[in-house]
Amino acid sequence: MKKLIAAFALSLLPTLGFAFTGPQTLSANIDLRDQASLQNGARYFMNYCMGCHSLKYMRYNRMAADLGIDDITLRKTFLVGDAKPGDTMTTAVRPEDLETWFGVPSPDLTLVTRWRSPDWVYTYLKSFYADPTRPFGVNNLMFPNAAMPHVLVDLQGLAQPVMAAHQAGTPVAEGVGPAVGGRLSATQYDTMVRDITAFLTYAGEPVQLERQRLGVFVLLFLGLLFIVAYSMKKEFWKDVH
Amino acid sequence: MSAEEQTTTTGFMGWVDKRFPATKVWNEHLAQYYAPKNFNFWYFFGSLAILVLVIQILTGLWLAMSYKPSAAEAYASVEYIMRDVEWGWLIRYVHSTGASAFFIIIYLHMFRALMYGSYRKPRELLWIIGVVIYLAMMATAFFGYLLPWGQMSYWGAQVIVNLFAAVPGIGETLSTWVRGDYVISDVTLNRFYAFHFVVPFILAGLVFVHIVALHAVGSNNPDGIEIKDGPKGNRWSPNAPADGIPFHPYYTVKDVVGTVVFLALFFAVVFFAPTGGGLFMEAPNFQPANPMVTPLHIAPVWYFTPFYAMLRAVPPMWDSQFPGVVVMFAAILIMFALPWLDRSPVKSVRYKGIVTKVALAVFAVSFIVLAYLGLQPVSPLSTLLAQIFTALYFAFFLLMPIYSKLDKVKPVPERVTE
Repeated sequence: MKKLIAAFALSLLPTLGFAFTGPQTLSANIDLRDQASLQNGARYFMNYCMGCHSLKYMRYNRMAADLGIDDITLRKTFLVGDAKPGDTMTTAVRPEDLETWFGVPSPDLTLVTRWRSPDWVYTYLKSFYADPTRPFGVNNLMFPNAAMPHVLVDLQGLAQPVMAAHQAGTPVAEGVGPAVGGRLSATQYDTMVRDITAFLTYAGEPVQLERQRLGVFVLLFLGLLFIVAYSMKKEFWKDVH
Repeated sequence: MSAEEQTTTTGFMGWVDKRFPATKVWNEHLAQYYAPKNFNFWYFFGSLAILVLVIQILTGLWLAMSYKPSAAEAYASVEYIMRDVEWGWLIRYVHSTGASAFFIIIYLHMFRALMYGSYRKPRELLWIIGVVIYLAMMATAFFGYLLPWGQMSYWGAQVIVNLFAAVPGIGETLSTWVRGDYVISDVTLNRFYAFHFVVPFILAGLVFVHIVALHAVGSNNPDGIEIKDGPKGNRWSPNAPADGIPFHPYYTVKDVVGTVVFLALFFAVVFFAPTGGGLFMEAPNFQPANPMVTPLHIAPVWYFTPFYAMLRAVPPMWDSQFPGVVVMFAAILIMFALPWLDRSPVKSVRYKGIVTKVALAVFAVSFIVLAYLGLQPVSPLSTLLAQIFTALYFAFFLLMPIYSKLDKVKPVPERVTE
């Protein structure tokens, strides 16, 4: 009997074994409660990413409310062109133009941290390296032959790849060296990339902090209800022998 | 029910009872339905299954109010529910977590039946109706998984519908007929939505029939003793089984405790880990369906993976995947034969011999290992393991007539034990 119960407990094991396969990711170590970090991430996203990528399910005013951005700041620094606060954050570039320039349409990034993971996005932004064979002179360790140029190159600088030893063929990049020639120090760049990752993680599920906050109350309520329900059961079952 | 247990009602209920058997139904199914007094932990899952069915139907109804079943709009409408619909995120997470919870509960419920022989005479039809419910659940879950129109929705459906294409001769025509198109498309999404909406009501009807059957034969119990065959007379009625207690209030108050514990676990997932670590909501499904890009690794949701592992374990024969498809469906259909495979003189595992106990444990482990293997990419080792555990899964059923008959059994007591 106990063995059978143990066997069913084992059924939870696959949950633990569900691992991400692919190159090793770094820990993004983001803090969704750090509004300054999220605001910075939002600004960086507007400045460097939204030229090509949309967050087409994310509304400006929802972002402003959640990130503590006041209406004036929102209108002054975030709304571009004729965008209204209730609009979703879409790029001004036409998808067909992007396809002409890069060969592929740039993906919408609203849910990128949900299907890739925040760590993946963080690592991706730190994994560009010089590759003269590619159209934009860069390649990426996390996403080999990505169509995307290194938009943050003058901030990070350019890194040389760490090549794996020749194994009867072309050498393969297996790591990225230190970036040189950027305007930001390595630490500053890490912080910037972390802020972008934090913002995208927020955008992937804007309700997540509220969800966890409510969850505590729901479980506390059920805990109290358990005491009542269990006492009632005990009282009723007193006479069953 | 005997005549002396008929209660005469007056006033409002008296008026109703002359026109509709409200008090009669209440008594026969709750207040004077005598269930064995020795139900244990495993007996919570029947009432919990009904609870989750109701949760799924209600949350599903509210999701349907904002969901758009079209290839162009489905994915965006789900994000609309997650962001712009008032409490939409909660309704959606309850529904998605509810799907997995439903299968966890049903698997535990079925395992209970396996342990205590609840499928044995006179409960063969009760078991068969249960297996039909399980099939209806799988159909509903399969149709529903396409609706978010994510990558895994799309390619999962593609893989499963393509199974029909393996049927010799008519396969291609059959799979095209199921899809309504040559690939999974807007047409497929629309019809899957229609089915996903209506099958749960058939499911609810089947659950009703399941309970009618249960209350006709009476509940089994962990000792596998028929309390109706035992001595008569308890505190409530001289004709009721001595080891029976009224379902209401005893098991209703007990099930309330089970419900609260279940809801705590359920909402812990909903509020703190709604993706269930990538098992309840798979990461690739946050990417919109793209018919031009096949994901590297396609796996169905965890509750289908034992059968998916069996499908992949069978090598193609005569240039056809059909044998694998047959094995996969046989794994489910063989459950219908279970009442006639068990030849043991006792019902409950408590009084069965070591061989049966080991067989049951091996079966449970096989099911779990196959579920795990079905989630993993194919490798030579995983294929070999899947073959071994598929064989063990079938051995549990096919060898049962032999081992259940030969196995030594312990004497069954007259009365239920504490």
